[in-house]
Amino acid sequence: MLTFILRRLLQSIVVMLVVAFVAFLIFRFVGDPVSSMLGQDSTMADHEQLRERLGLNDPFYLQFFRFVANALQGEFGISYRLQQPVTQLILERLPATIELAFASATIALVFGIVLGIYTALRPRSLETAVVMTVSLVGVSLPTFLIGIGLIYVFAVELKMLPSFGRGEVVNLGWWRTGLLTQSGLRSLILPAITLSLFQLTLIMRLVRAEMLEVLRTDYIRFARARGLSKRAINFGHALRNTLVPVITIAGLQLGSVIAFAIITETVFQWPGVGSLFVNSVQVVDVPVMAAYLVFVALVFVVINLIVDILYFLVDPRLRDGAKSGR
Amino acid sequence: MTDLPHNSERTAPAKTSRLSAFLNSDLAWSYRHSPVTIIASIVAATLILMAAAAPWIAPYNPFNPATLNLMDGFTPPNSKSMSGNYFLLGSDSQGRDVLSTIMYGSRVSLFVGISATLLAMVMGVGLGLVAGYAGGLADTIIMRVADVQLSFPAILIALLVFGIARGLIPPNQQEGAAVWVLIIAIGLANWAQFARTVRGATMVERQKDYVAAARILGVNPFLILLRHVLPNVMGPVLVIGTIGLALAIIEEATLSYLGVGVPPTQPSLGTLIRIGQQFLFSGEWWILFFPAITLVALALSVNLLGDWLRDALNPRLR
Amino acid sequence: MSEPVLSVKNLVVEFPSRNAVFRAVDGVSFEIMPGEILGVVGESGAGKSMTGSAVIGLIDRPGHIAGGEIRLQGERIDDLPEEIKAKLRGKRIGMVFQDPLTSLNPLYTIGRQLVETIRTHLPLSEEQARRRAIDLLAEAGIPKAAERIDSYPHQFSGGMRQRVVIALALAGEPELVIADEPTSALDVSVQAQIIKVLKKLCASRGAAVMLITHDMGVIAQTADRMVVMHRGKIVETGTVADIIRRPREPYTIKLIDSIPTILRKPGEAFPPAVAANDDSAFVRIKGLVRDFEFAMAPFARLRGKTETFRAVDDVSFSIPKGKTFGLVGESGSGKSTCAKMIVGLLPPTAGQIFVDGHDVWAGALGRRQRRRSVQMIFQDPYASLNPRWRVKDIIAEPIRALGLSRNRGEIEARVAELLEKVRLDPAAMRKFPHEFSGGQRQRIAIARTLSSQPEFIVCDEPTSALDVSVQAQVLDLMSALQEEFGLTYLLISHNLAVVRQMSSNVGVLHNGVLVENGPVDEIFENPRADYTRKLLDAVPDISKVA
Repeated sequence: MLTFILRRLLQSIVVMLVVAFVAFLIFRFVGDPVSSMLGQDSTMADHEQLRERLGLNDPFYLQFFRFVANALQGEFGISYRLQQPVTQLILERLPATIELAFASATIALVFGIVLGIYTALRPRSLETAVVMTVSLVGVSLPTFLIGIGLIYVFAVELKMLPSFGRGEVVNLGWWRTGLLTQSGLRSLILPAITLSLFQLTLIMRLVRAEMLEVLRTDYIRFARARGLSKRAINFGHALRNTLVPVITIAGLQLGSVIAFAIITETVFQWPGVGSLFVNSVQVVDVPVMAAYLVFVALVFVVINLIVDILYFLVDPRLRDGAKSGR
Repeated sequence: MTDLPHNSERTAPAKTSRLSAFLNSDLAWSYRHSPVTIIASIVAATLILMAAAAPWIAPYNPFNPATLNLMDGFTPPNSKSMSGNYFLLGSDSQGRDVLSTIMYGSRVSLFVGISATLLAMVMGVGLGLVAGYAGGLADTIIMRVADVQLSFPAILIALLVFGIARGLIPPNQQEGAAVWVLIIAIGLANWAQFARTVRGATMVERQKDYVAAARILGVNPFLILLRHVLPNVMGPVLVIGTIGLALAIIEEATLSYLGVGVPPTQPSLGTLIRIGQQFLFSGEWWILFFPAITLVALALSVNLLGDWLRDALNPRLR
Repeated sequence: MSEPVLSVKNLVVEFPSRNAVFRAVDGVSFEIMPGEILGVVGESGAGKSMTGSAVIGLIDRPGHIAGGEIRLQGERIDDLPEEIKAKLRGKRIGMVFQDPLTSLNPLYTIGRQLVETIRTHLPLSEEQARRRAIDLLAEAGIPKAAERIDSYPHQFSGGMRQRVVIALALAGEPELVIADEPTSALDVSVQAQIIKVLKKLCASRGAAVMLITHDMGVIAQTADRMVVMHRGKIVETGTVADIIRRPREPYTIKLIDSIPTILRKPGEAFPPAVAANDDSAFVRIKGLVRDFEFAMAPFARLRGKTETFRAVDDVSFSIPKGKTFGLVGESGSGKSTCAKMIVGLLPPTAGQIFVDGHDVWAGALGRRQRRRSVQMIFQDPYASLNPRWRVKDIIAEPIRALGLSRNRGEIEARVAELLEKVRLDPAAMRKFPHEFSGGQRQRIAIARTLSSQPEFIVCDEPTSALDVSVQAQVLDLMSALQEEFGLTYLLISHNLAVVRQMSSNVGVLHNGVLVENGPVDEIFENPRADYTRKLLDAVPDISKVA
């Protein structure tokens, strides 16, 4: 168990180092940091001085080493566009994104798994046909269109819910939450639904496919031949085997919700990390881009690690370790 | 059916029997018996033809400033403007015909989508074949990269590639390069799916005895991949390619909507939606609505075709 | 006479497909008496498994019972509603499936699966059910059942798992057990034990058994009566001894006749035995060794720690020109690894392979020599032909790959000639492999191996994927070709009867070691190694009819 986790941890660190390297390359070679930081009317001497001060004349590996060391201390430089420390910018906007991501991940997981199981157990019913058709339409609808549609119906026409922003927020230490005020909660509804729909259809289709696959296996046939009740077979045997692979997918989906928030945040002008990133890409604000990349990678690596450990706890074949060859 | 490598001469009777064999195949049968698929293919074909023929069949040329008249602005659908021009789907703020902008916009969307999917396919299939057949270090490296990339949403990768390209290309060339940057960004974002599938299929195929039989004869590994393995992994590649096309179209629209896609002088469906959104609150709904419907119809019909293809090629999942 | 446990009358099972209705079972009638073992035998597609599924009510969609009736203890069951049918399963009719590796839920301990099944059918407490489960496991021959009950399925070997499956099938004390190919996925030496367990457990409970199998040998040693099925119909019914010794119907006669036996049939010519290790032999294998490295964790690999497993351990034998050497062994014995090294797919760790005096692994010359003169016939004719290639391109591949000819007309003439040699219509060259049956495909595969005019052919289980009647034809063809072209064969098989029929010399491989090697009759009549003796005793064979 311990070696397994250690091994995964080591792999995670390698992945993080690779991502950090990519981020460093972007940081170092995309655009010219010096001319981005100095104005138009600076002299060559100014340039050279800044290069020296930023350490841009040092050997390559030393620069990378310094980049990693700074990153470990949460130091990613200063945004070209906003002239503020990048880390501070991200931390300020992080609560908004995390609250949105959690709300929509919950919606996506609960409805996705329930609908997936339902449609797998009743493959020939009318409800299944309807759900499957709607889900295909859902996959074909770009997220931003769903957002615009919801705004049009609920904000413009029905005037029931706000169309942009987070509403009133409350400070809990450095965490600025919108979950404690009525307007904050009302503001969360439309973005959360928008963000969840794509993941919901994805999870639903995956659960359904996986469950159908499991229901076809020999051990389910054998369970039926032993006269076990439908309930015991569907929920005792089939569901558990279905959920093993679904854990991975669900975990990864949770991660992509944070990254997918880019689009939703733009549509709803949600003051989160995603809209910060889009604005940075538009003007090539390199430090923010690099920091965002490292941040998202960190989220994914942590989620991956949790998923692996869960997997390990659920599947006895893995617990036996070496014999199963994993 | 896939063409066979050594089969250069083909006689006429063989050809007709091949055609009738195709018409009798399970694929054709399942097509004929799926009304949804037939409708989807008609919709997709119509939209693609409309986009391809836009310069010849569009009622107006929306990008020729000489023909634009600000007097035509905000004409509602199916009505005439003050200057007497008729607009079936209405006009936008600058007096451009919405139907014509949609036709030209679909052209850009489809061009980017198809090119990006082809790029992703060539890259993914190539790397997947190598990873699956060679195994070892090549496999580990290629699949590690694919895994890491697959865990990020494609749109994020595309945004990053786009941002990097912006930083690297001199500003005065950016507009001309925008479409190509977009194609590369979306293509690079989507190759991993192909690679993963092809690698899996290749690993299955290379275990099969017909590959062993060729190896015993000392056939060059490259030829084994090309002639033996590739034809047998094309089924899933087609399915992913179709679904990937729908995805690429959506991704292009999303990037353009986010304002990082094609330049406004060459709008795609996503750009049109971005422009139209400004007028949604003031009641000029048609400027947004028709491009949006076109985009959804395109993505949905292609998705339906992909879905059908998957079921038809893999009857076990029914 | 008492009432039959199961009586099936005019059973019809249909599968509607897109342009026709396929009758998988077509008017089948039979009875099983209490405590009786009825063998249902037939080749693939005969409808025997479908009959079993119909009895227990588990036919997969879109198949359905289209006619006839099934009675259990005189009471009609085929028309019962699904909920009531479900109550019969496990309680009154038990079932054992073919593959023990996939029959058990991998996520639950075997104890949990047993207790769950027992408590579904019998009014017992958790504690009582557990005790009962332990007894059942012990009875099924699981050593230390009380400890092993909390193990997961993957912690058992295939044979042990099949014992667990049998215990599960009998957990509800059914009157009838349907065993569908219960031993086909197992090694010969395990097969016999499983049959014994199944027989014992059913006998002690008075349960009747419907034993479905393609293996006449298993039936001969197990069943009381048997029915022979062919294309959905019952061809012949009778006692096992009667049918095997005196088959009446033409199909049964042909079937029985095509089954190879490990005994030499009276009057058959003995192939002349040849000296075992002759230095002048055409093929000489000398001290062949192959190690495999275990996939270790990256850390361990960095520290240089590797664990190796010796799959083939110092194997030597030789084959004179024009003769067949049979290599026998169970799964994991290393016989396929030997084949791969001989044909050049896997480099040996140590040892040498000489064909016609050339070391096939020595440099470019050896390689060229090997590609010209060594060929291989594979087990599965569905996997050994590229489904996307036409037959003529498949057969011509060796000609083109070795550069023997580039003239299209010449190649086509050669392909036509080869197809005739394997008794297929030359017009077949324009078709794709999926248009042929398993036996025809294997002929195409043979034609391909012959197209480069090799002198030595390695045949890796060439007939084990085929039905017995087809097997006989393919073996005949192989013998005829051997005679015509003076081919040398290395015949690798787990089927002792096939080896006895075809080979002049035989080697027995066990855990990578060649435990015995000599003239075929000597080894079959007077085996010296314990393992060989055990293997010969375990083989189900029609000559062993009770």
